Formats: sequence, C-alpha cells, structure tokens
Amino acid sequence: MSQLLTIAAAEGENPLVPPIPELVIGLIAFVIVFGFLAKKLLPNINKVLEERREAIEGGIEKAEAAQTEAQSVLEQYKAQLAEARHEAARLRQEAQEQGATLIAEMRAEGQRQREEIIAAGHAQIEADRKAASSALRQDVGKLATELAGKLVGESLEDHARQSRVIDRFLDELDDKATKAEATR
Amino acid sequence: MSADPTQVLAFETDCHIFDGCGFAEVSPGLHSFLFQPLWGDADSNLYFNKTMLLALLGSIIVVGFFWAAFRRPQVVPGKLQMVAEAGYDFIRRGVVYETIGKKEGEKYVPLVVSLFFFVWMMNLWSIIPVAQFPVTSIIAYPMILALIVYILWVSLTFKRHGFVGFWKNVTGYDKSLGPVLPLAMLIELFSNLLIRPFTHAVRLFANMFAGHTLLLLFTIASWYLLNGVGIAYAGVSFVMVIVMTAFELFIQALQAYVFVLLTCTYIQGALAEHH
Repeated sequence: MSQLLTIAAAEGENPLVPPIPELVIGLIAFVIVFGFLAKKLLPNINKVLEERREAIEGGIEKAEAAQTEAQSVLEQYKAQLAEARHEAARLRQEAQEQGATLIAEMRAEGQRQREEIIAAGHAQIEADRKAASSALRQDVGKLATELAGKLVGESLEDHARQSRVIDRFLDELDDKATKAEATR
Repeated sequence: MSADPTQVLAFETDCHIFDGCGFAEVSPGLHSFLFQPLWGDADSNLYFNKTMLLALLGSIIVVGFFWAAFRRPQVVPGKLQMVAEAGYDFIRRGVVYETIGKKEGEKYVPLVVSLFFFVWMMNLWSIIPVAQFPVTSIIAYPMILALIVYILWVSLTFKRHGFVGFWKNVTGYDKSLGPVLPLAMLIELFSNLLIRPFTHAVRLFANMFAGHTLLLLFTIASWYLLNGVGIAYAGVSFVMVIVMTAFELFIQALQAYVFVLLTCTYIQGALAEHH
C-alpha cells in the first residue's frame, strides 16, 4: 500500500534531528515573548508591586503611629484625670479645714462679744449701783437728819457735827453691807 | 483513502476492526509529527508549517495575555492582573528565589518567567481544540530553548570563574577524590558540556512526544474499534482519551516547571563559588 510506504519513508526521518527552519521560528517566537516581557511588561508590574509593598508598609507604619499617639493621649488623659481627682480631694480638704477654722473663729468672736456685752453690763450695773448708792447716801443722810431733827427737836445745824455723825452711821452701814456680802 | 497519512485524520478513514483492516494502517507513529508545509517546499529550507504557525501564535497569545494584564498595572489589581501576578510570583519566588536566591536571581527572573510561560503555552497546544498538537514535541523548539540556557550557562561560568575556573567548574575538580579524579573529571566533563543540554531539551521533547502519541493512540483506537463487539472496547478507549487529556494538562504544566527549574539550577551552578 502506498500508505505504508509513506510511513516507512517518514520513519526514515530522525525525530531528534531538528529542522533548521523550525529552530529559527522557535527562536523568533521565544524572542518575541522574552522581548515584551523583559523590556516592558515585567518592569511595569515590578514597579507596581514595589508601589503596593510601599503602600502596605506605609499603611502599617501610619497605623502604628496612630496607635502610639492614641496610647500617649490616653496616658495623658489618665494622668490629667488623676491630677484632677487629686486636686479635687485637696480642695475638699482645704475647704473643710477652712470651714473648721471659720467656725472656730466665729465661735471665738461670739464668745468675745458675749464677754464684752457681759462686761459692759457689769460695768453699767456697777456704775448704776454706785450712782444709786451715792444718791441713796445723800437722801438717807438728809432724811435721817430731818428725822433726827424732828425727833430731837433741835436743829442739828452744826454742820460739822452733823456730817461726822452721818458719816459714822453710813460707815457702820457700809461695814454691815460688806460683812453681809462676805458671808453670802 | 488519501495517499499521504500525515494529512489524514483518523475518522476520515473507513478502517475498522473485523473489517480486514489492520491497526497498523491507521496507528500513530513518527508520521503523526510531520506536517506538509502550509506554504513553501518541504525539501528546501524555506517553508511554513502548522507547528511554526502554532509557535508564533502561541508567543502572541502569551504576550497578549501579559500585555492585557500588565500594560497598565494597578496597585489594586483587577482579576486578570491578579491571575497574571500569581503566575509571575509563582515563578519568581517559587523557582528563581528558591534556587538562585533573591539577590543574584533577580536578573534572571524575566528570562525564566518568559521560558516558563512560553514552554507552557507550546505544551498547551496539545489539548487546545483544532490545534491539538504540542509544539514542543518537535525537537527544534526545546532544543533552541535549551541552547539559549546552555550559552547563558557557559558565558556565566566563564565570567564568574575565569578560564581555569571554568574548566574546574565543568570537570568538578576535587583533589580529595584521589586516584579516581581523572575518571570523575572525564565523566563530569561529558555530563556537563554534552549530555546535560541534550537531556534538558529531550526531557521536554520526549514527554510531550509520548503524551501526544498516547492521546493519538486512544483517539484513533476509539474510532478503529467501533465495529461489532469492539464498541465496548471503543468506549473504554474513549474514556482513556478523556483521562489522558486531563493527565496531559498536568504534565504540560509540570514539564514547563521542570524545564525552568533545571534552567535555574544550571544558572545557580554557574554562579556558585565552589562546584
């Protein structure tokens, strides 16, 4: 058969011997691929991959910075809060102390005023008593003289004797009063 | 029946089991990897065939994909950019940085990424409807790629270690080996300079060649067995087509990965201070 003959003819060709035209076409085909990829397309993508890597790393760095800042702000805030609490406690303490002193001062002032009023009262009473006593002494003297005059029927005009007698009488009265006060 | 089996699709023939037609008449073979030129003359070196078309179309697809994804990349990526970035990052981090290291490897990332996606696309043609032929099952394509890597490896080793250092590196010179040193050096020399670039290319080629042959075998067998009781076998064969297609999908990515992983290992070997 012609078919078998052609097969035999075909098998005469060594499949390990390359035909030159196919080598050339193979080279051209590969150079096309290599040229486009090496000169344009792979540098393109490398640039973008680098950009992406930087973008991701930049993002991570930014996030880290933000986190650190947030942490420091939080610490600052906490410190401020603690300080404020401390301040408030101190103010309260101070107010309490101030209040206490104020009360004590007012109490002392009240005491002082009371004592003043009492002292003034005492002085007033003393003065009144003295005035009354001297007035009384004059009245009593006069009355007693008049009375004695009436009783004795003589005028006790002798002023010197008169005042001596009265004074002695009054001194006696005084003595009695002093004694009575002492015993009381 | 057509006179030229390379231009005949399996189901265009009328060859079935129990019809007095042998499987050898339709079975896949080396002829399955030969194509009549779409343009020009096969005897001259001036022609254009299906694999060439697929190779160029594939490179346009790879460039188009990355063009759409990376032409105006955004810091916040869209869906397409995200997918392309995942692929790019997988090769950059998972292959280049892992083997060569980040500092020295950065320079070779474009080459390795291009190699991976180019090879993967060439492999993928195997299961893309209508095309259905892995470009890398033609030795010329893996070979030219392996050659590029080989030239890079040789020049890097020279640049890094100088003339004497190059030969020491290539022969794995190590005094502690004692009397077996000459033998070890001879083996290393052959291994590094001749066998390694060859296996680098053939590993990819053979995997894709075998994968395509398997797919062809089960596809053609499904048609060939479609007669009488053979229908049951045809069903099994067809299930195998589906299974092998899925398996090929895996192998295509794996072989592309292995190819660039070896590339990185060679580059790393050239840059290493001590071999």
